[in-house]
Amino acid sequence: MATATSVPTAAGPAGEPGTTPARRRRSWRSLPIVHQLRQSVGLQRGMLVAGLVLMGVFLLTALFAPLLAPYEYGQLRDAEGLFGAQQPPSGDHLLGTTVGGYDVLSRVIWGSRTALYVIVVAVLLSIVAGVLLGLVSGYFGGWLDRVLVVIADAIYAFPALLLAIIVAIVISGGQSSLWGGIMAAAISITVVFIPQYFRVIRAETVRIKAEAFVESARVIGASNRRIMLRHVLRNATRTLPLILTLNASEAILTLAGLGFLGFGIQPTAAAEWGYDLQQSLSDVTSGIWWTSLFPGLAIVLVVLGLTLVGESLNDLADPRLRTRRRVADQEPAEEGEVAAVPGGALTAGPAGVGGLEVTAAGGRPGNPASAGATGAEPAEGQVAGPDVTGQDGGGTRS
Amino acid sequence: MTTTTTEPTGSTADPVGAPDPAPRRRRKGSGGLGSYLLVRFLLIFPTIFILVTTVFFLMRATGDPITAALGGRLPADQLAERVREAGYDRPLMTQYLEYLGNLVQGDFGTTLSDRRPVLEVLTTFGIATLELTVYALIVAFIVGIPLGMLAAYFRDRFPDAVLRVFAILCYATPVFFAGLLLKLVFASGLGWLPVAGRASTGTEIELQFLESPTGFYLIDALQTGDWDVISDVLEHAVLPAIALGLLTAGIFLRLVRTNVIGTLGTGYVEAARSRGVAESRLLRKHAYRPALIPIITVIGLQIAILLVGAVLTETTFEWKGLGFQLAEYLQARDFVAVQGIVVLLAVIVAVTNFIVDIIAALIDPRVRY
Amino acid sequence: MSVVDIKDLQISFATDAGAVTAVQDVTLAVQAGEVLAIVGESGSGKTVTARSILGLLPETARVRGAVVLSSKDGTTEQDVVPLSGAQLREVRGQDAAMVFQEPSTSLNPVYPIGWQIAEGLRAHGKYSKKEARAKAIDVLRLVGIPDPEHRVDHYPHQFSGGQKQRIVIAQALVLDPGVIIADEPTTALDVTVQAEILELLRRCRDDFGAAIVLITHNMGVVADLADRVAVMYQGRIVEQADVRTLFSAPEDPYTQQLLAAVPRLGQGVERTRERAVRRAAGWERTAPVVEAKDLRIVYPGRMRRPDFVAVDSVSFSIRPGEVLGLVGESGSGKTTIGRAIAGLTKVSHGSLTVLGTEMNGMKERAFRPVRERIGFVFQDPASSFNPLLTIAEAVAEPLVVHKRAKDPRAARPRVDELLEAVQLPKAFGDRYPHELSGGQRQRASLARSLALQPELLIADEPTSALDVSVQARVLELFDELQRELGFAALFISHDLAVVDLLADRIAVLYRGQLVEEGTGAEVLGAPKHPYTQRLIASLPVPDPDEQARRRTHWNTLRASD
Repeated sequence: MATATSVPTAAGPAGEPGTTPARRRRSWRSLPIVHQLRQSVGLQRGMLVAGLVLMGVFLLTALFAPLLAPYEYGQLRDAEGLFGAQQPPSGDHLLGTTVGGYDVLSRVIWGSRTALYVIVVAVLLSIVAGVLLGLVSGYFGGWLDRVLVVIADAIYAFPALLLAIIVAIVISGGQSSLWGGIMAAAISITVVFIPQYFRVIRAETVRIKAEAFVESARVIGASNRRIMLRHVLRNATRTLPLILTLNASEAILTLAGLGFLGFGIQPTAAAEWGYDLQQSLSDVTSGIWWTSLFPGLAIVLVVLGLTLVGESLNDLADPRLRTRRRVADQEPAEEGEVAAVPGGALTAGPAGVGGLEVTAAGGRPGNPASAGATGAEPAEGQVAGPDVTGQDGGGTRS
Repeated sequence: MTTTTTEPTGSTADPVGAPDPAPRRRRKGSGGLGSYLLVRFLLIFPTIFILVTTVFFLMRATGDPITAALGGRLPADQLAERVREAGYDRPLMTQYLEYLGNLVQGDFGTTLSDRRPVLEVLTTFGIATLELTVYALIVAFIVGIPLGMLAAYFRDRFPDAVLRVFAILCYATPVFFAGLLLKLVFASGLGWLPVAGRASTGTEIELQFLESPTGFYLIDALQTGDWDVISDVLEHAVLPAIALGLLTAGIFLRLVRTNVIGTLGTGYVEAARSRGVAESRLLRKHAYRPALIPIITVIGLQIAILLVGAVLTETTFEWKGLGFQLAEYLQARDFVAVQGIVVLLAVIVAVTNFIVDIIAALIDPRVRY
Repeated sequence: MSVVDIKDLQISFATDAGAVTAVQDVTLAVQAGEVLAIVGESGSGKTVTARSILGLLPETARVRGAVVLSSKDGTTEQDVVPLSGAQLREVRGQDAAMVFQEPSTSLNPVYPIGWQIAEGLRAHGKYSKKEARAKAIDVLRLVGIPDPEHRVDHYPHQFSGGQKQRIVIAQALVLDPGVIIADEPTTALDVTVQAEILELLRRCRDDFGAAIVLITHNMGVVADLADRVAVMYQGRIVEQADVRTLFSAPEDPYTQQLLAAVPRLGQGVERTRERAVRRAAGWERTAPVVEAKDLRIVYPGRMRRPDFVAVDSVSFSIRPGEVLGLVGESGSGKTTIGRAIAGLTKVSHGSLTVLGTEMNGMKERAFRPVRERIGFVFQDPASSFNPLLTIAEAVAEPLVVHKRAKDPRAARPRVDELLEAVQLPKAFGDRYPHELSGGQRQRASLARSLALQPELLIADEPTSALDVSVQARVLELFDELQRELGFAALFISHDLAVVDLLADRIAVLYRGQLVEEGTGAEVLGAPKHPYTQRLIASLPVPDPDEQARRRTHWNTLRASD
């Protein structure tokens, strides 16, 4: 992670140096995601917006599940009697019923709630533990760091679902109530994720520790605690929104995988998409499509939304991958000239020199040498960078 | 082999290629390939040890396997008798040390539900998982790498957009759902391909009568030389291979795209462009090879995802491999078997990562010399 | 006959802030066999102009005007601007070739250099593998790579920086182009290596008849190599002249200011004498602020690599109020010494006393009170500020840490004072580091280091990332502040002229050893050590005639080596 991550410090969250001579305050515009949304163009913006819309729909569905769902997740009958098993979609049951006689639409809607619970619990737990461990380990180094790295690497290399299975066995003996099931899934996912946060935060910490501004704090004589909290922590957690979205999507996949292997939450306790898919396995052979299609689609759409957001954030954070507007879209505005202070550049006085210097920096974004040729050594750098996708952030094992 | 920068000789006044005063950041140092490999190899052992230990204590944290499997189904005194017989009433550390000792000797324990040595389960079904994984990797390479390069080439234009959405869909779809969809369409819907299994019953029987069956069905089928058998095996493999392969293909596609775009922006590609080297050649020769090194390293980590995917794919297609067995044992609450399979898979992952690191090191000339 | 003819060139780029015009109304001609230098500071558009000759601009660029490129034999000529695809490739390398700034990134690490040279050949003509290899070996010999038959199969990482740049030049030469565009070809190299590469470029013109477009910010390099000079400022050419005319009688005010800002060897001698006179009697006997005796700093090797000795038995001392200039090339150990004094790097052997504290075996806790009395200015103004803190917060940091102020807000009056002292407007305190230019940041850095009124200031290449004119201002400021506040300083730089300007005494480091020490007059006027002699001879001065004489001297020095 160390090499190619020059991004966050150099460019800062609010854009290129010198592009706006005016003073800028931190506002809602520089909030994560909002800022990226403003920064993106074309295809990248399309992807980000699509992802955000999907995430929004998911959140709303989860929040308003009781209002949206026609029936309860565990409801088998209404006033007119049993729903009946494997009923095709109809007016009463828009998406049909499952082999167990549940309403598919209701379970798909209620399932979003379970997924959200799991994401929230898992992400919260693993962020707190992972960030803390990563910060301390990366900052102090030494034997503790080495031991933690070996352990984290070992767990990281361990197939996530297998670990989740074992933790689920430990926690609930394999089956359980709503919260038992959610906690089982969440904790097992947490165990798998802690090493990921740990690795990312540790790598960032190690990188930031070598930055001149941290050394400068050391030279000043700041205490370790002050350096860690004031200088390292906030800079190290910049990539968190990105990892967060990607890990959330992995949490959903792991939960669904657990459910599919029969470690899901019982249908009477909550609705869970993976469990429903497992139940529909036999339906598929006989050509019954509605029981598997809709819970599956629900998973795909949520994961798709999270992944789109995550990847867009990743691309925007990486200058190599970020798309910029083309000139053809816009006439050369006067903005380029704004930066240029006319007249005596070398004249004395802070304002005059300041003006010159801003010009120099302002011209730089257009300079292809600095824009294109950030050639890090490929062997170490390429994958590294802020590319912390769950799938491939691993190129940086140290 | 020894130095990164050779001393200049002759009349040039270049300063000796003295290393930077700051400690080197290079992971692979220049202490020679040999010592790198040795250190990397030795690292496998703590990794495996940590995993085995973690799994053991986690599994025992809630009780012994016999109680877990039979608790509630047997009277208390009989249960206690069974637990004592199996030695699960002894102190945990004793059991742990015994377990470690057995592992070193290749004894992974005996399953509770069908009383088979875990190792035998592993060897019987492992080969089927291997077969599936190989197919999937072939699909992943054929689909993922060329498409990834294409996407990098058409960066931010229409083909790139399509390919990226395709890649994201590939890994946003859980393998089991992809499998179910494929089954719905091509098996139960169109009826082109078989619904499940590794081969039809007739073929399975035929393969068992081979002199030395390998368990790798395609190899066995080729041994029979019977075209019907071969096509039957292949037909059964198509859907699982695609389901699992596309998952990995999506990841490969994204990886290749990112890394090739990265190398396309480097100075040496720019330099080659300034000499009039064609764009397609820049892509094939200059950007691809250096991009390959990190890609290979990362592919090593994909093995974990691939294996998990295999477990789920096998369950979906009743492909009788380790993953399928794992699900069965889970249903039967046979945790001795589960533990054995999990530990084995973890070992496979650790060893594969080691091999992949070696390949990556060999490709990089800076390490080779 | 002109090989390149640029007419009314205008180039604009898309950025996040909208379109920015980088180059405007540029009209230029390069004659066959001449060296045209395009000089200017960062953002002046010089690189963009040069790259447009090869059509090597990013997709975000829009180009208007004409860039007519003639082939070397003068038979064909083409406007490059509308070209694309195969036609553009035809021209690249063949008619015009490029040499880049950073030799370490312009060679592909995974292919042997011979392969990379041959590739250019085979892109432009029919060569068998054998022929291409033979030509590659020939050209490597021409550019001075020893044992080319053997080394043609080596990979880039097996060559030193200077050799890599030779290989990059070989790649350009092998196609026998009419014009070579060299974009800051020596900026990444040490000064002694720079002299070699400049010599090689001169041979490209003299022996191969190639015209050279030399892009540089270094006026010494211009004086050394150029026949004609174009000065660019804010995207326009402000002056074009013959090299002698330009240096002796610059017309445009910007050119005049630029030339005046270049530090020259020997400028500091007078100043040093003045300072020495002003010192109180008995000053030589005061206790030194820093004293090193047989200082040795070793970076332990990892993975069975031998240890790296960064600093080897170095002895020196800095007295109160004195500025010691530490000069050396990359890897000479100069930064390591600075870091050791600041307690950032461990001392391995020998003794290093800083403000009365022994640094060998120093405990951080014991050293912390001493830190209050030391200031440090870092090399890279871009990374020496926490991007999340405002300038005022960053400058207040030492005050808060050492309990001179409760929090950044309470420290604000003092911070404003400090900003004023480094000639930054108070309002800049509310800005974030990325909103400041390099020079402004470096001044803020100076303010931060002076916040506690230190007795000792360590400045590690404080101006090496800055443009010449900005550098001049920062150096002047440093000098003023030093005189006013009277702190002792260790001034680290690779640039002899810069060090000469400020330092009372100069110490020259070479491969971890201190080879020479003395006043500027002694070290620069009559260098004793052969390395110092070579270092001084390699440094190009911004005066074409003087530089021609120095070059002859350098050649004799080299011949006697």
